[in-house]
Amino acid sequence: MFFLAAEGGETSHNPIVPVWQELVVGGVAFAVLCFVLMKFVFPRMEQTFQARVDAIEGGIKRAEAAQAEANQLLEQYRAQLAEARTDAAKIRDDARADAEGIRQDVLAKAREESDRIIAAGKEQLAAERATIVRELRTEVGTIAVDLASKIVGESLADEARRKGTVDRFLSNLESTGAR
Amino acid sequence: MFGQANVLAQGEAAFPPSVEDFYLPSIVPWGAENSYWFTKITAMVWLAVGLLIIFFLVTYRKPQLVPTKKQWLAESIYGFVRNNIAVDMIGHRGVAFAPYFTTLFCFILLTNFFAIVPGLQISPNSHIAFPAFLAVISYVMFIWVGIRHHGAGKFFKNSLIPPAPWYILPLLIPIELFSTFIVRPFSLAVRLFANMFAGHMLLLVFTLGGFAMLNANVWLAPVSLLSWLMTVALTFLEFLVICLQAYVFTVLTASYVQGALADEH
Repeated sequence: MFFLAAEGGETSHNPIVPVWQELVVGGVAFAVLCFVLMKFVFPRMEQTFQARVDAIEGGIKRAEAAQAEANQLLEQYRAQLAEARTDAAKIRDDARADAEGIRQDVLAKAREESDRIIAAGKEQLAAERATIVRELRTEVGTIAVDLASKIVGESLADEARRKGTVDRFLSNLESTGAR
Repeated sequence: MFGQANVLAQGEAAFPPSVEDFYLPSIVPWGAENSYWFTKITAMVWLAVGLLIIFFLVTYRKPQLVPTKKQWLAESIYGFVRNNIAVDMIGHRGVAFAPYFTTLFCFILLTNFFAIVPGLQISPNSHIAFPAFLAVISYVMFIWVGIRHHGAGKFFKNSLIPPAPWYILPLLIPIELFSTFIVRPFSLAVRLFANMFAGHMLLLVFTLGGFAMLNANVWLAPVSLLSWLMTVALTFLEFLVICLQAYVFTVLTASYVQGALADEH
């Protein structure tokens, strides 16, 4: 303004008409700016953005994979645990059943044994009793004959009837005893 | 702002400010009139280009997956334009345009921002040459993208013939031609230029007006003070306009590209 004032300002400008020198300067300057920024800066920013997206998405993908694996493992463990529980219950039941069976067996055997012992005792008793009876019968016969010989005064021992007499006597005795 | 500095130095204000206040003398050669190769304006354009290149190259020299603060800042700018403008407007195909849109957005934002940086205090975009150049790029880009995507015939058919009854077409086709292929570059360029021009003019009016009143009558000093306070307030408004216009320019470019890529009218 100083200069314009000093020189009278006789040159008049129309603000709507571009100055061609400024067009050239502006064009060159802006072209330089575009060249540098669009070639060296913004494509690298795009790359960085892409790398960042990849990093984040890769992280998410890895996390998802880990999550899936963890879930799968959990399922597996749960299944195994359930299986183990079933097994344990089955083993317990089996053991209980076995124990019951063994108890029954032992009881049966014991009962059988006791029956056997009792039976054997009875048998032995019967045998002994038979022996005793037989011996007694012989002895009683002998004694009776002896006594009768002494009373009668004659030996009946040799007599053929002797056996019959004693037997008849004993039979009578038994029958009266039984009655 | 040379003019203002000189005004301050001289204690004299040429009021009201004129269009000539936007055309600063040349730096090389020093003080020459009508020499535009190296003025404050072109210097600021180069400054903006240099700052942006340095900022992005430094912050993105060694990009890391987990960004540093600076890297995060650079990525946020790109991510904002990429996701909120390119992808929002165009869809997934917009990613391919995001680098250009970001460059465009940063360039306009920074050159606009010079309008309120102390010492610079004028935006190169208040000279129509720069918005015009950017608008021409957008214009050529959306037409080229459309022709490459659809083929020339289908693109112009899509753009010019709206789905309307045949008897209304003679009216609609000229309107479509006018609005799509003639008005668009001008509206883009003029919108940005006029906003920055008007913003600078407003700041000039209130700043210089304060001096003018002070010089006219010392008793007007309180009013001068009010005028300068208005300058401060308008600077905040200007900041809003700066961001908004950078955004609008980029969004409109994206919208034109989207329209060119759209399958139906």
